[in-house]
Amino acid sequence: MSDAAIGQPVLLDAAPTHLIISVKETRGRRGAAPARASRDLTDTIKLSQARRGDRGVIIQVGAHCHHQVEAVELERRLLELGFVEGARIELLHEGLFGRDPIAMKVDDMRVALRRHEAASLTIKLDVV
Amino acid sequence: MDMALKTARVALVGNPNSGKTALFNALTGAHQKVANYAGVTVERKEGLIRAASGRTLSVLDLPGTYSLRARSPDEEVTRDAVLGRLAGETPPDVVVCVADATNLRLVLRLILELKAVGRPMVLALNMYDIAQRQGLRIDLEQLRAELGVPIITTVATRKRGIDDLVAAIETQAEAAAQNENSWRSPDAAELRTAAREAERIMKVCVRPPERPDTLTGRIDSVLLHPVGGMIILMAILFVMFQAVFSWAAPLMDGIEGGIGWLGGLVAEVIPDGLLQSLIVDGIISGVGSVLVFLPQILILFLFIIALEDFGYMARAAFLMDKIMGGAGLHGRAFIPLLSSFACAIPGVMAARVIDSKRDRMTTILVAPLMTCSARIPVYTLIIAAFIPNETVWGFANLQGLVMFGLYAAGIVSALVVSLLIRKVFWRGAVEPFMMELPAYKTPDMRSVLFNLWLRAKIFLNRAGRIILPLVILLWVLATFPYPPENATMPDIDYSFAGMIGRALEPIFAPIGFNWQMVIALIPGMAAREVAVAALGTTYAIADAENATGLLASTLSAQWSLATALSFLAWYIFAPQCVATLGVVKRETNSWKWTWIMIVYMFGLAYLASFATYHVAVALGGG
Repeated sequence: MSDAAIGQPVLLDAAPTHLIISVKETRGRRGAAPARASRDLTDTIKLSQARRGDRGVIIQVGAHCHHQVEAVELERRLLELGFVEGARIELLHEGLFGRDPIAMKVDDMRVALRRHEAASLTIKLDVV
Repeated sequence: MDMALKTARVALVGNPNSGKTALFNALTGAHQKVANYAGVTVERKEGLIRAASGRTLSVLDLPGTYSLRARSPDEEVTRDAVLGRLAGETPPDVVVCVADATNLRLVLRLILELKAVGRPMVLALNMYDIAQRQGLRIDLEQLRAELGVPIITTVATRKRGIDDLVAAIETQAEAAAQNENSWRSPDAAELRTAAREAERIMKVCVRPPERPDTLTGRIDSVLLHPVGGMIILMAILFVMFQAVFSWAAPLMDGIEGGIGWLGGLVAEVIPDGLLQSLIVDGIISGVGSVLVFLPQILILFLFIIALEDFGYMARAAFLMDKIMGGAGLHGRAFIPLLSSFACAIPGVMAARVIDSKRDRMTTILVAPLMTCSARIPVYTLIIAAFIPNETVWGFANLQGLVMFGLYAAGIVSALVVSLLIRKVFWRGAVEPFMMELPAYKTPDMRSVLFNLWLRAKIFLNRAGRIILPLVILLWVLATFPYPPENATMPDIDYSFAGMIGRALEPIFAPIGFNWQMVIALIPGMAAREVAVAALGTTYAIADAENATGLLASTLSAQWSLATALSFLAWYIFAPQCVATLGVVKRETNSWKWTWIMIVYMFGLAYLASFATYHVAVALGGG
């Protein structure tokens, strides 16, 4: 019922209300383009810090420093498994011990990772 | 016969979980040969088909991969086979890329890589029925134009689209020209470019499903629930073990009876003498002692294949990863280790699902420490003879407690050893754990049974080829030379096995073994439970396996408690099973690793028995 209220244009005069409504719209559409809401309200974190239910977009794969062979290899493997900049992420499940590993939706595919590997992915969370 | 139609070589390539193997089975049916690639332990599956034109197609099912940039032995085979540089293999005339129509993004990037190789190609859009059911719209014309390869839609499990696929392969084999191979290992920037290109093609050709699969998400919210998922996993394991041990029992009794009957029959037909002894005591009872595990292995594989096809195995690996990871193992090592509770042979074979070589080696090395069912006859004999059947702490049966302790000792030592292997051999390197969680699918009963039959064939084939020569060798050792005319002791005492036993006796004296035990260990190398029969032989008790009560009372009179406990400790660790060692050699393709296993397991067995014996003697058990 509360959703019906969103559709009432009469209430949309004040700017803050409008902002909230637009955010709700984005949340309502899963798998849609990255949130159109104001950048100030988004949060950039490592994927390894994400919690169950978090949604966002990958903004960086791999660490900046590429000294180690393993880091370069890990970046390529992640890319091959669909972890590319711009892909949508939704964290679905966490393991029992230490909330590790994690299972997530990457675009339309389900993938499991350890938090250790997830640390080399940076995501921008959707505005909640 | 039209000689102009030369055999076309076809290679199947695709992502894991794309239904590639199902398509291979649909194409080739029962006409397939399973072997290993020369020099590596990767399974090579090839099948022949006769096309409507009369041409023969030789189809190779290559291991699933996300990229030609290989990182595991399996993926190296795929890469080298596609590039035509695999030793001993003819390069493929046509590459068939198998794609899950409902999950195209990653395979599109793989196709871009495959195109660079320049071989004629066909794209098989598999599981097309599921895509249609989901209302997923794929513009096939547009996709064909974008990729420049013919596209055939297939439903491998229903054998739909197979004829069209064969026809398309033939056309490509004939018409399409080989282009220059411009493939090279892509770096991160090139991977990003390719991923963007794949994304663009997706946008142009594929409309998202109208009715996306929500079932997988709903099942996952139960099966991957941190607590509930664990409980369900344990329940599944419980049922699996119940099945392995109770359903298999009548079948195993049947096989044992059959082997006994066959032995008796042969003994009647062939006159007493060397040939009869070789066939009855050597070959029939030796091979029989391994064959008897076939029902357990089949039931185990039935569960594993059905759960794998359903999509649960990746979830089990997810749930167990943290626990396994604590011991330096991969989540996927869980299933091979679990299988090893029935028998280490399928366990070692199942380690193929682990793609990192290090994790696979570690898993194979510790798999035989799991208490396999061949240890049970030895454990029950010694426990019945030496451990009083009484209640301790008001509720626990002492005999059951000792049995539990033996199982626990196996598990704990496997975890400790795998941790040490990682520290010593791999110097703490951690392999990343990342895997796709495939959408759930109802297992197709026919394909489950087909795969089960394949597994059984492989087990019998491998076990047969390894076990047969070894049991003959053990028979020779236990038979020759003959005892003298006026022999007072059992025949085996005068044989090579007896001589070896007596020669080794000083080595085993510090751990409390007498010479009869040492002799029994030698034929006991055939399989662990053979030691029971061998002890019967050295203590001159006929038909010891059926008269364990008599044997147990003899042993309790002859051995001290310390000796008995030492013998139990020995059996936790000692690699008393040539069949397992043979399979390890085959699966690791390395004598080095096989010897590492033999040495560390005998070493641990000796140390454990030594400690057990001396502690027991000190406590008054001598």
